[in-house]
Amino acid sequence: MSAEPESFAFDAESEAKIATILPRYPEGKQASAVIPLLYVVQKQMGRQTGSAWVPRVAMDVVADRLSMPPIRVYEVATFYFMFNTKPIGRYHLQVCGTTPCWLRGSDDVLRACKDAGALKGYGDTSADGLFTLTEMECMGACVNAPMIAVDDDYYEDLDYESTVRLIESLKRGERPKPGSVISRQTSAPEGGPQVLTGAEQE
Amino acid sequence: MALHDRDRIFQNLYGTQPWNLAAARMRGNWDGTAAILARGRDGIIEEMKASGLRGRGGAGFPTGMKWSFMPKQSDGRPSYLVVNADESEPGTCKDRDIIRHDPHTLIEGCLIAGFAMGAVAGYIYIRGEYYNESVVLEAAIAEAYEAGLLGKNACGSGYDFELYVHRGAGAYICGEETALIESLEGKKGMPRLKPPFPAAVGLYGCPTTVNNVETIAVVPEIMRRGGAWFASFGRPKNSGTKIFCIQGHVNKPCNVEAEMSIPMRELIERYAGGVRGGWDNLLCVIPGGSSTPLLPKHICDDVLMDFDALREHRSGLGTAAVIVMDKSTDIIKAIARLAAFYKHESCGQCTPCREGMGWQMRLMNRMVTGNAEIEEIDVLENVTRRIEGHTICALADGGVWPVQGLIRHFRPLMEERIMAYKAQHTRLAAE
Amino acid sequence: MAKVTVDGIEVEVPNGASVLQACEAAGKEVPRFCYHERLSVAGNCRMCLVEVEKAPKPVASCAYPVMDGMKVFTDTAVVRQARRNVMEFLLINHPLDCPICDQGGECDLQDQAVAYGHDKSRYGEPKRAVKDKDIGPLVKTVMNRCIQCTRCVRFCAEVAGTPELGGTNRGENMEIGTYVEKALTSELSGNLIDICPVGALTSRPYAFVSRPWELSKTDSIDVLDAVGANIRVDARGPEVLRIIPRINEAVNEEWMADRGRFSFDGLKRRRLDRPWVTRGGKLVAATWPEAFAAIAAKLSALPGERIGAVAGALADAESVLALKDLMAAYGSTNLDCRDDFAAIDASRPDFYRFNTTIAGIDEADALLIIGSDVRREAPVLNARIRKRWSAGKFPVGFIGPRGVDLTYPATHLGDTPAAMAGFVETLKAAQKPMIILGRGALQRADGAAVLAAGWQLAADVGALTPDWHGFNLLHLFGGQVGALELGFVQGKPLADMLAGGVDALWLLNADGFEPSRIAPGTFVIYQGHHGDAMAARADVILPGAAYTEKDATWVNTEGRAQRGRLAIFPPGEAKEDWRILRAYSEGVGKTLPYDDTNAIRARLAQASPVFARVGDVVGGGCTDTTAPAGGTPTDAPFVLPIAVYHQADVISRASDTMAECAAVYGPQPAMAAE
Repeated sequence: MSAEPESFAFDAESEAKIATILPRYPEGKQASAVIPLLYVVQKQMGRQTGSAWVPRVAMDVVADRLSMPPIRVYEVATFYFMFNTKPIGRYHLQVCGTTPCWLRGSDDVLRACKDAGALKGYGDTSADGLFTLTEMECMGACVNAPMIAVDDDYYEDLDYESTVRLIESLKRGERPKPGSVISRQTSAPEGGPQVLTGAEQE
Repeated sequence: MALHDRDRIFQNLYGTQPWNLAAARMRGNWDGTAAILARGRDGIIEEMKASGLRGRGGAGFPTGMKWSFMPKQSDGRPSYLVVNADESEPGTCKDRDIIRHDPHTLIEGCLIAGFAMGAVAGYIYIRGEYYNESVVLEAAIAEAYEAGLLGKNACGSGYDFELYVHRGAGAYICGEETALIESLEGKKGMPRLKPPFPAAVGLYGCPTTVNNVETIAVVPEIMRRGGAWFASFGRPKNSGTKIFCIQGHVNKPCNVEAEMSIPMRELIERYAGGVRGGWDNLLCVIPGGSSTPLLPKHICDDVLMDFDALREHRSGLGTAAVIVMDKSTDIIKAIARLAAFYKHESCGQCTPCREGMGWQMRLMNRMVTGNAEIEEIDVLENVTRRIEGHTICALADGGVWPVQGLIRHFRPLMEERIMAYKAQHTRLAAE
Repeated sequence: MAKVTVDGIEVEVPNGASVLQACEAAGKEVPRFCYHERLSVAGNCRMCLVEVEKAPKPVASCAYPVMDGMKVFTDTAVVRQARRNVMEFLLINHPLDCPICDQGGECDLQDQAVAYGHDKSRYGEPKRAVKDKDIGPLVKTVMNRCIQCTRCVRFCAEVAGTPELGGTNRGENMEIGTYVEKALTSELSGNLIDICPVGALTSRPYAFVSRPWELSKTDSIDVLDAVGANIRVDARGPEVLRIIPRINEAVNEEWMADRGRFSFDGLKRRRLDRPWVTRGGKLVAATWPEAFAAIAAKLSALPGERIGAVAGALADAESVLALKDLMAAYGSTNLDCRDDFAAIDASRPDFYRFNTTIAGIDEADALLIIGSDVRREAPVLNARIRKRWSAGKFPVGFIGPRGVDLTYPATHLGDTPAAMAGFVETLKAAQKPMIILGRGALQRADGAAVLAAGWQLAADVGALTPDWHGFNLLHLFGGQVGALELGFVQGKPLADMLAGGVDALWLLNADGFEPSRIAPGTFVIYQGHHGDAMAARADVILPGAAYTEKDATWVNTEGRAQRGRLAIFPPGEAKEDWRILRAYSEGVGKTLPYDDTNAIRARLAQASPVFARVGDVVGGGCTDTTAPAGGTPTDAPFVLPIAVYHQADVISRASDTMAECAAVYGPQPAMAAE
């Protein structure tokens, strides 16, 4: 895992992405693109180093690109929880611990992450650099609680065993299909939708 | 009488069908949109007023009236529609389904709403965690552009309207409309002082209306079927259909679109398989997302799920996220976790919230173990009162209401916990 | 206007005013921490809550606009309780370290705690600990004390124009700082100490030095630049312990520049505290009579035209007048106050004044800056320009070295006089265009031509009208304009005097040129307060008083005379400068016709009308657009006059604080690049 790099420059893939972002905002309002560009940075770091985070030198590059004082970018990067201002592991295990998930057993999910990922607790990165464990506030998948996000993907309706299975497959380099791990139809009740079944015809 | 499927606006709520434009058109989206726009700004706003639609983001402000605050004549500044898809109120996951499964309801709604308020463009501010959802939404918008439904001469109406997606990055406060605007402008999500209100000075200093996803997404169907149709569901002033997120200790958690004013018990039992262990095993329900104070079982027995009925019980409909807790729940811990949430999400701007949320959380954490004095329950209650109503935005209010609700309904339990802790520690000290 | 009733008192305030302003108009004090009348409204501290009739909750008065007929209550039970609540929240994480806090005794939080604090805390949880930040040699931070009011963040972004401070993280973990540890680059950073309502930002040089009630406080004028900021000199016994600004809306509002604020430790070092006379090629300590005798012996042997006098950057008006009168008594008219060789034309006041006036900047609608780094030459005036720029529709052009950051955008037109042509259309399009010519731009062989060209440009673009005077010379030090007003530009110019045009030179605070330029054999009398380079060249040294040590009149760049007052006594045998000259004149039988402050000031008022209206400026337009004599400027690039901001004068050069700053900040980028 890398510490603060000497420099940062957007690569071609990032530049292509930036070219689609900037035109969304009116002339002179390019500061609006600060969050999108910090995402671009974080993605690129993940691509290049295996650790998706935002180094300070990259914040300066963003500031320069958007004609913002660097401090305004630092403020944004530290205000929003999804920007990692320190290096993280290859997989970012984000456990929702807010009440709706807690009621459904998020403590078990956390325990499974610790056990299977060899993690001491929230904020920890595993010795092999594979996992970083973070407690998230409600991620908005509450009827499929408990859940975790691995990077950008939600895994839902978890329990201890299914969480362990998920982490083991990540270790094997597999990326299970996101969504409910108990084959629920998204937010419909377990066993299948009771409404919108098409049964009710005019 | 349960709501008929034909009266459900979100026909693909569960994503059993494709989200794409072709499928959406089969479901009736984008049907006669140009004709709707042809009714003119006033015609649309009048229809919305007739529907009785109240904002679905939590505050419940009448939508038609909100739109009517936008300037009729531009003073040179453009107007903007901003859609609040920063769905972050714990318990709430309804907008997610609209975005990932029925995005064209939202996109068509943006066009109609944008037209009705004279907006040149719309921004959909989606919470950063909804990455995969944002990918669907962007693809759906691209489809709509491709089909001439957005952009120059949208739907052949002669009206130009641009629509963009903007991802947030993990800040509950950005669900507050002025914080959202700040964030969209590239700043920290710190709520603005009001007045001026966004309709006068909003995004980039221009007139702006911020609406919730669900609010906008129901607009096309209301316009097609008429305000009276929408108003026929629910009690007066609480009309329409609504997506409820039923979760926690129910047998089958789910999202469901149902009619407003449905009894809570019916909602839970008809759609979510009932309370785990039966209705009598119910402890309490948080009826409308984390900010709304919990209701103990005896209220839940017959309360209706709408703005006014829940307010009568000193709670609220909020986002209609129904968090059910059965008798196995450590309710003090459940609420303490919410206190931690609000402490984590306070932007830090106003003194009472910045300092008070941490204080509240620390007191609550001690209430969980019982490591406190009985009088500290009063201190806790008093601290919440000192926070409430003294800040720029409503986050602080929403952050103290759950604790106030706990104390209101479960004070004896808290006292019991403290006494038990004392008893145990006195015994330990004696040993 | 809106009629508002505050606690039953009816007041009229402008539409758009805040409730807080209405309360102040009614004479009601409303406590506040985040609100500052010169910064944008943040509304975050919640201390200024008041009740407004029909409002459901208490409102933040700083942010709430008045409406006609509004009824406001500032002293109800609800309001008092709201303030007590806020105070409790502010204090739960604020350390109880008032006894060792330098803000103690002048702390807003401490004061308000007296009114709204509780006698004991209900907060039993651990207090927040925040790491202190290193933001440079001038401002000390104790971040545990910070109440996150963000005044400092707003000051840097809005007034100073150096947005380097911010609030990182969020909620109770929000921290004020620079994120990446660095020294603030502002020349106005000391003002952060004043605007911080608590002891989070305090003066590093003043740390643990004194308590406010131990200080004797003397109103005075900053002379280390030509703005003439109104200041208060706080001293204890023989020592100046700090200098802070006073409010003068027309001059410095409530700001002051760092060099003026922090150089005072230079007042204690390298001082000339007794007379010196050269004997056998060496300077030896002497008595006042011996020094006077040595001068008298020399001057009495010379015809008037072989004697000259030079007044320098820090010479006060009284002394300049006395020196001029003394020279007249000797029959000498060789006077020059342009010790930096600036080609100033003293034949008309508006050729050398900042005619628009500082407050007039607010009205201007286009600006061309020629050969001046206003930011380093007059930081407070530059903040006024920035304020005007922030208000919008204010194009600024700049001619000078590349890389100068004025803190607001300026079109770089070039670095030679010819570049003036590049802004003509912009200036012409403006209703009230203004031109600022730096004094440094005249310190060149073709200085007179630059002056004439600048004036001509002003005339051509319509900046010189009966209603508007858009031509401005920006001087560098507090003593420069007073001497011009007194006509201290006569006879042989300085260059001639130095080149052997005179046999004796009386230098009054004249440190602006290299001593080596004085022709060998010239008899030099140096009257001043610091043993800087010039003193070493002197044949006789007369120890004078620094600006904090005398009652004296100073004229700022606008031509505004202001009075400084004696805060401490001059060290050793040093004396007020005009009294030295008066005493000398009496000894040589050429007694000057005034013997007390009132008398010499009466004489000043006769000499120039600016001294008859102390505190004021004439202002007004320009009725005679005839340009000063000049010629055609060369294409030599402009060179900025101040190489190191923190060490631009004899006092700051003697200051350890300023030496530390100079080491931290180095020469300014534009100079370093050369």
